[in-house]
Amino acid sequence: MVRSGLPAPSLRTRPRGPPASAAALRRPQALGCRDPGPACSPPPRPDRSARILSEPLKHSDFFNVKELFSVRSLFNARVHLGHKAGCRHRFMEPYIFGSRLGQDIIDLEQTATHLQLALNFTAHVAFRGGIILFVSRARQFSHLIESTARSCGEYAHTRYFKGGLLTNAPLLLGAQVRLPDLIIFLHTLNNVFEPHVAVRDAAKMSIPTVGVVDTNCNPCLITYPVPGNDDSPPAVQLFCQLFQTAVTRAKEKRRQLEALYRLQGAPGPHPADPAAPGAPSPGAQAQLGVGHSP
Amino acid sequence: MAAPSVSCGAAVPYRLFLAGRVSFAREQGLWKAAASGLQTGTRCQILRLKHSPAVTTKKNVAALRRESYTVDFIKKQIEEFNIGKRHLANMMGEDPETFTQEDVDRAITYLFPSGLFEKRARPIMKHPEEIFPKQRAVQWGEDGRPFHFLFYTGKQSYYSLMHEAYGKVLHAEEWQDQLRAKGLFSEKSKSKDPIGSRWLIKEELEEMLVEKLSDQDYAQFIRLLERLSALPCDAAEEEFVGRFRRTVTVQSKKHLIEPLQYDEQGMAFSTGQGKRKTANAEAVVYGHGSGKIEINGVDYLLYFPVTQDREQLMFPFHFLDRLGKHDVTCTVSGGGRSSQAGAIRLAMSRALCSFITEDEVEWMRQAGLLTTDPRVRERKKPGQEGARRKFTWKKR
Repeated sequence: MVRSGLPAPSLRTRPRGPPASAAALRRPQALGCRDPGPACSPPPRPDRSARILSEPLKHSDFFNVKELFSVRSLFNARVHLGHKAGCRHRFMEPYIFGSRLGQDIIDLEQTATHLQLALNFTAHVAFRGGIILFVSRARQFSHLIESTARSCGEYAHTRYFKGGLLTNAPLLLGAQVRLPDLIIFLHTLNNVFEPHVAVRDAAKMSIPTVGVVDTNCNPCLITYPVPGNDDSPPAVQLFCQLFQTAVTRAKEKRRQLEALYRLQGAPGPHPADPAAPGAPSPGAQAQLGVGHSP
Repeated sequence: MAAPSVSCGAAVPYRLFLAGRVSFAREQGLWKAAASGLQTGTRCQILRLKHSPAVTTKKNVAALRRESYTVDFIKKQIEEFNIGKRHLANMMGEDPETFTQEDVDRAITYLFPSGLFEKRARPIMKHPEEIFPKQRAVQWGEDGRPFHFLFYTGKQSYYSLMHEAYGKVLHAEEWQDQLRAKGLFSEKSKSKDPIGSRWLIKEELEEMLVEKLSDQDYAQFIRLLERLSALPCDAAEEEFVGRFRRTVTVQSKKHLIEPLQYDEQGMAFSTGQGKRKTANAEAVVYGHGSGKIEINGVDYLLYFPVTQDREQLMFPFHFLDRLGKHDVTCTVSGGGRSSQAGAIRLAMSRALCSFITEDEVEWMRQAGLLTTDPRVRERKKPGQEGARRKFTWKKR
């Protein structure tokens, strides 16, 4: 089984990772670095896996996450509705469009941009075989989020968060445990309206986070905040569905690319790309473009 | 593999387990694993310095004591057990293929007779699954990805059970809504917990999930199951709930009430036996009578001159308001006057059970009339004057 592919670096020298187009990947070394020692085996064809991993990084939207949503669909799912003006968090003011009858309205244009970045990052992490952990502390959506995580083959934690789960993981979870590579917060606050402990702990453990931040949340420590409503069922269902689609699409793409590269055997992608569901147009065009040159 | 060196009378070349756990290759906890990871020098990602196993506080010693057995170790034990079983069968002259666990137990009690009172301290030879406590296998694959989707919660089995149960509750509620919409819903009360079953207790649930639970977790789980069982559900959900119920032996089974017997004159009578200290009594209570009690052929007034003993005899009848209505003939031997009175009282109460209703039997049981008094004379110990009395303490 091919693991998330950069060769595990030594402690001294850490390769800076793939070129600047991977700026979206905030932690290129962590995915390879985090794996346990004894389980680390070198991939069978290093150049092939390196090519597979570098392929998505050449395009700005390799997985075409833009088509998954629109400002209209966000509006219909009531993502723009925030809390009352009195609950507003100071750091959310840039994301708030305005206030109507005392209720804050979130700027959906900004939400769309942030959401696209977040989904793109999630898809890249899933493509590289990273562990994604969905965290939320809202009892109303606990079942939905756990089902979402299970259906896309990732992990969820919507229960009581034990103190040192991330910071003291070897003791709590096992000696050689692998920590999550991405944490997605569907609710940043816990049941007493305080920031979830996992936000701070993920920042301590250098784990990138994606979070849906409402108008009463603190977006500071979250790597990819997505300003939006986290209280209405349609909004949460939309977010769950978006993340699930992004992850499954990325994994499917990975499987396809691996099959493709394994079939051809020779270095360089094959010009005839087998028809893939949801194949991104820039990706296909790039492959066709590359395939023309021998 | 070593050749089976069996000489007649030699012990089975298989390690027998005495007194509970064997403290085998004790792992020094997680610190050693991390320390060895550091020592090998490659890829220890979490570079914080762990404290060395030599310096352990009292708290950590208790944590280190948690023994864990590797999968290979357990497999080896199972192989050794199977080989040992065959050797034992050969030794006993029986067929190794059809040597069951009961035969093994019998052979061990024959070969190693033990006079120890504590049954768990005697030599046993059982399958390692029953001896070593159940443990968790490694929870993740080669790439480090855990198998279970709730691994990062810490209590994956418990939370996945809650998730499943809640899913069933949602499904049942949805079904109920559909029925209501069609107008087919009827409020039928289901007697979901008859007297014969109870919910799992916390220890049983912990054993089932191989996980530690807190009391609140357990309470939440039972509440969720109660909620599920209150909804109209189909066979799959009933089966799910049934997994967490255990049958309970009904109380009244242990108390068998003898049916009435009839003698030649047609008089109903019943016999009972009773014990108290070293006195044994057998009483025959007749259905109709005037309250006469005959003990060893002698009237009770003459046999028990002391009022206290006669009051003891009177107590069961007085309790049931049947003072002058029964005749009793009884025999008693052993003990003193007080213990003989107590023994006869117990015998009479047991005999009376055949004449009265079940509720009255329950009342008698709660009054203590049907319980054998377990108190016996305590032995005198050496170094003391009596059972408890010590010799007079002299200061000098």
